[in-house]
Amino acid sequence: MNRLKRFFFANIREISSILVIILLSIFVEYRSGGNFLTVENISDLLTETAILSILAVGMMMVIITGGIDLSIGSVMALAGMIGTTVLKNNRHLSPLTIIVLAIGIGILSGFINGTLVAKLRILPIIATLGMMNVFRGITYIISNGKWVMQADMTPEFMQVASGKIFGINNLVVMAIVVYAVGYIFLNFIRTGRKIYAVGNSEESARVSGINTVRTIRLAYTIMGAVAGFAGILYVAKFAVSQGETAVGYEMNVIAACVLGGVNISGGTGRVQGVLLGALLLGLLNNAMPLIKISSFWQEAIRGLIILLSIIVNSLIQRNVEAKALRRRNI
Amino acid sequence: MGDATNSSATRIISADREFSIRRFFLQWEWMLVAMLLIINAVNVSLSPNYANFNNIMNAMRDFLDKAIVVFPMAFVILLGEIDISVASTMALSSVIMGISYREGIPMPTAIVIGLLTGTACGFINGIVLVKFPELSSMIVTLSTQIIFRGIASILLETKSVGGFPTWFGKFGWGKVGSVPIILLFTIVEAMFFAYLLHKTKFGRRTYAMGNSTTVSRFSGIKTGSIKLTIFTFTGLFSAIAAVFLASKMGSVRPDVARGYELDIIAMVVLGGVESSGGKGNILGTALAILVIGFLRYGLGMVNVTSQVIMIIVGALLVIAVAIPNFKESIGGANWYIKLTSIGKQFNKR
Amino acid sequence: MSEYILELKGITKVFPGVKALDKANFQLKRGEIHALMGENGAGKSTFIKVITGVHQPEEGEIFINGKRVSFKDPKAAFEKSITAIYQHGTAYPYLTVTENIFIGHEKLYKSGLINWRQMKNNAKRLLTRLGSNIDPSAIMGSLTVAEQQIVEIAKAISTNAQIIIMDEPTAALSKRECEELYHITERLRDEGCSIIFISHRFEDMYRLASRVTVLRDGKYIGTWNVDEISNEILISKMVGRKISQIYPKEKTTIDGEILRIDGFSKTGYFKDVSFSLRRGEILAITGLVGAGRTEVCQAIFGISPPDKGNIYLEGKKIKIKEPLDAMRRGIGYLPEDRQKQGLILNWSLVQNVTLSTLEKFKENGRINQSKERRVAKELLEKVSTKANSVYDKASGLSGGNQQKVIVAKILNSDLKVIILDEPTKGVDVGAKSQIYKIMSDLASQGFGIIMVSSEMPEVLGMADTIVVMQEGRVSKIFTDVENVTQEQILEAAMGSSPDNTSWRG
Repeated sequence: MNRLKRFFFANIREISSILVIILLSIFVEYRSGGNFLTVENISDLLTETAILSILAVGMMMVIITGGIDLSIGSVMALAGMIGTTVLKNNRHLSPLTIIVLAIGIGILSGFINGTLVAKLRILPIIATLGMMNVFRGITYIISNGKWVMQADMTPEFMQVASGKIFGINNLVVMAIVVYAVGYIFLNFIRTGRKIYAVGNSEESARVSGINTVRTIRLAYTIMGAVAGFAGILYVAKFAVSQGETAVGYEMNVIAACVLGGVNISGGTGRVQGVLLGALLLGLLNNAMPLIKISSFWQEAIRGLIILLSIIVNSLIQRNVEAKALRRRNI
Repeated sequence: MGDATNSSATRIISADREFSIRRFFLQWEWMLVAMLLIINAVNVSLSPNYANFNNIMNAMRDFLDKAIVVFPMAFVILLGEIDISVASTMALSSVIMGISYREGIPMPTAIVIGLLTGTACGFINGIVLVKFPELSSMIVTLSTQIIFRGIASILLETKSVGGFPTWFGKFGWGKVGSVPIILLFTIVEAMFFAYLLHKTKFGRRTYAMGNSTTVSRFSGIKTGSIKLTIFTFTGLFSAIAAVFLASKMGSVRPDVARGYELDIIAMVVLGGVESSGGKGNILGTALAILVIGFLRYGLGMVNVTSQVIMIIVGALLVIAVAIPNFKESIGGANWYIKLTSIGKQFNKR
Repeated sequence: MSEYILELKGITKVFPGVKALDKANFQLKRGEIHALMGENGAGKSTFIKVITGVHQPEEGEIFINGKRVSFKDPKAAFEKSITAIYQHGTAYPYLTVTENIFIGHEKLYKSGLINWRQMKNNAKRLLTRLGSNIDPSAIMGSLTVAEQQIVEIAKAISTNAQIIIMDEPTAALSKRECEELYHITERLRDEGCSIIFISHRFEDMYRLASRVTVLRDGKYIGTWNVDEISNEILISKMVGRKISQIYPKEKTTIDGEILRIDGFSKTGYFKDVSFSLRRGEILAITGLVGAGRTEVCQAIFGISPPDKGNIYLEGKKIKIKEPLDAMRRGIGYLPEDRQKQGLILNWSLVQNVTLSTLEKFKENGRINQSKERRVAKELLEKVSTKANSVYDKASGLSGGNQQKVIVAKILNSDLKVIILDEPTKGVDVGAKSQIYKIMSDLASQGFGIIMVSSEMPEVLGMADTIVVMQEGRVSKIFTDVENVTQEQILEAAMGSSPDNTSWRG
């Protein structure tokens, strides 16, 4: 009993996320007249959310270090554009080669961001805001203003996003794999724990012999790798690659993290929480058209969700502190 | 020995500021002046017609709508905060102004409504930050950025509103003598903000808060109201910029001014305002506006695409912040790095 | 094998503009507790960071067991079984106790994955060994300072460290918690660890250490056996001169209540605090760290107003919601942490002095800078600040002089009541007596002064009235200061009397 209680309190955040997801599902199911909880729609929802949730794992690591990465939308576009442009001119290349290429581009971009933040000590928001434009600009130059269309891609390549394994969409499978790897990395690998340590206190981490520059740079590099991967999946899924690919997508990802309980000032955040945050956001995106909310509303609602969840997070935190004070019995 | 009390009681403390020629010339502003001269020299060599008064005036008209937001943004960054939502505030206030006009409200009133909208946006940012001091302005304005532009697209979807009265076009295109109205406005604004920052209590307190909010609080400064004022001002001036922009374009759309925040922040930071707050001045910021503005204009003249310009401005933003930090992390005493880092403190997180 | 487990010879460490260490020496015997003493800024912290590999010295040699070593980073020192418990906790507040203990040397499965179960069990064992029942899965940030200190010690011994450095471990602990720490430290010594113990408290040194080394201005002054050196000589070694009369308390006429606090309460911080202050009086608030002294003063000043209670200034009830209200009424506050709360270190002295009174320099909407300069010069001279120009940066001054700048800053407001929170904390002895002199002068000019202090001699030497706080409440007020003893105050501060322990639960 005691154990159960302890489990409950240790995971109260995730449990309440699940509750919200359930209640919201019931509400949407009711309002949409039974169009929500169909196998088809749920599988759509998961497929739509897969890319977002993959990115959220990377963003969480960056936010844990106390940073942020606004450039990921641009990195996705860049990796997608380079990948598909190479494919267009070398149709014999296997999808795997293209994916590896895209991840490589992502790693390079992330490494640059990480170096700017960790080594040159530029505020993350400024560094990644600047690089957001640099990467986007390069994408336009490579594309030369033209789109890479469906006809330019090979069927095998598009199969990456639309194919299924055991009846489950490839993207969902990949997201599951990314989460499993992310979970193990952040909980059971020393390097992963170093990210938390640096986010908790950079000074302490330095004193205990952790190479903070390398650790922070690693978080951005992983973010870049993930963004490169997600970028190529994104263009495979929509079968088109262009300069405007994934503009503003970073806000989706940040929203998923904040909804998932990642502390925006660093130090805390859990893979399971972020997964639920991404699902919750995916559910909202999926449900809005079903209950006839115009797509023009979606942007504002997303912003409002971020704002409200950070405010609620701080109210919870204040409440916890007030409780601790009352416990002191003075 | 013994009583140490009186040993130094008669010490004289000097109250004269010595003028140091070296310190005077080792200011970041000279670097900006040099950049400005080089850029203009290159522009002249590219186009012989460039060095003509009217031409330069027209060039300035191109980028001054951003400049209007740069000065209040300098205050925001001096405070150690950031406001990503300025471009969205411009979009929302111009859309609301446009809709008001479309719905039959006279243009002057519509302009006032637009200005009030911008002020409200800034006030919302400010009040959230004051009520929740534990939240960073980055995440708050990041979310209001989406909200404001989101509301603009709810209101106008993908449509646009235009057909403003002809006199409205004067804001963007009009001239007094041969000087554009927008330039006159920016000059007056710059002088106002320079006075505010460098001569008044408000400015001193802004610097104090940028250095340490805690010390400021303990010194009896109403830190909340200063923060609120600065963010509200930023909203108001974004709306003013939106009026000029709408006047220049002749119509309003929800996606106007997209990406402007990058140029605006880049101008502030290049102007020597430390990105973590507490240091910088209006002169540097004004010079940086000209540097980035003429750079853009010159690049446009030789048909460099806007995408390349985007890369250059993005890189400039990063480099402007990186240079002073470079010395610290590399530890080199290269004269160039040394020179460029004077006047800017290292920004430590 | 060498007699010394650790030996440092001629260590010099230079930071831009300062020589933090100048040919410092040190010898640590196996299995001893060795006290390292010196004033603030004597170079103790730098010295430790050299030993733990955080800083690399420009000159000098380090020997471990007689073998020359050099540490290029903290890891290298760690591998030589050296570990430090820093003054400002190096904890990770959002992580668990277990992880805080094992970070950097996690227990792994053969596969390379982290073995949480084993770590948790080991953590439990370590904590039990230290006589503590802290839950290893608790989040570090939710523990008290003393508990965190114990976790830090557990962390040190979890690495099987042979040399443990403790930097001011008792600074934030209550008497009882100190005792606990002494026992733990002695047990570690008996188990064969060698310990370097840094403290400001002579009490710690006499209780624990067998030898003491003194540093002054980055220089090595000497090493003595603790039982062979008197308190007086030790102080003179630390300060570099003899101090004869440090409490220049003058008899002043005390008359008329100026400030009265009635029933001040704030959940979690203090409850039912009432006292009254008269013109010309120095009222000391003392008690253990964490007893709520600073919180009460900050409530009076409006930094964090109380939930309940009233303030009367010269008999009139007043409302203070923020510091500006307090300052307008004539209440000034000298904060406890002068570098974080009192001064903008990057700024010149003149700007610091006038920051809270800019109103006075306003002329036609702008600041009159020449008036500002003149006033700052006068004030700084009045408190005898050691500086060359009013344009000197505050960061360049010593602790004591920085404190004087803050005193000048609050003197510029028109005050009736001055609250000084630990005014001599981290100030060298010379500057200390100057600050006492200023306090005494102010009292005789008719100011009411509240002084928060942990230093017993200072309280006894300066105060006219002593308010003792314990766990958020006033446990005793002494008015007849002449006949109060240190023991009586301590007793009131620790709450050993039965009626005080009852409500603690």
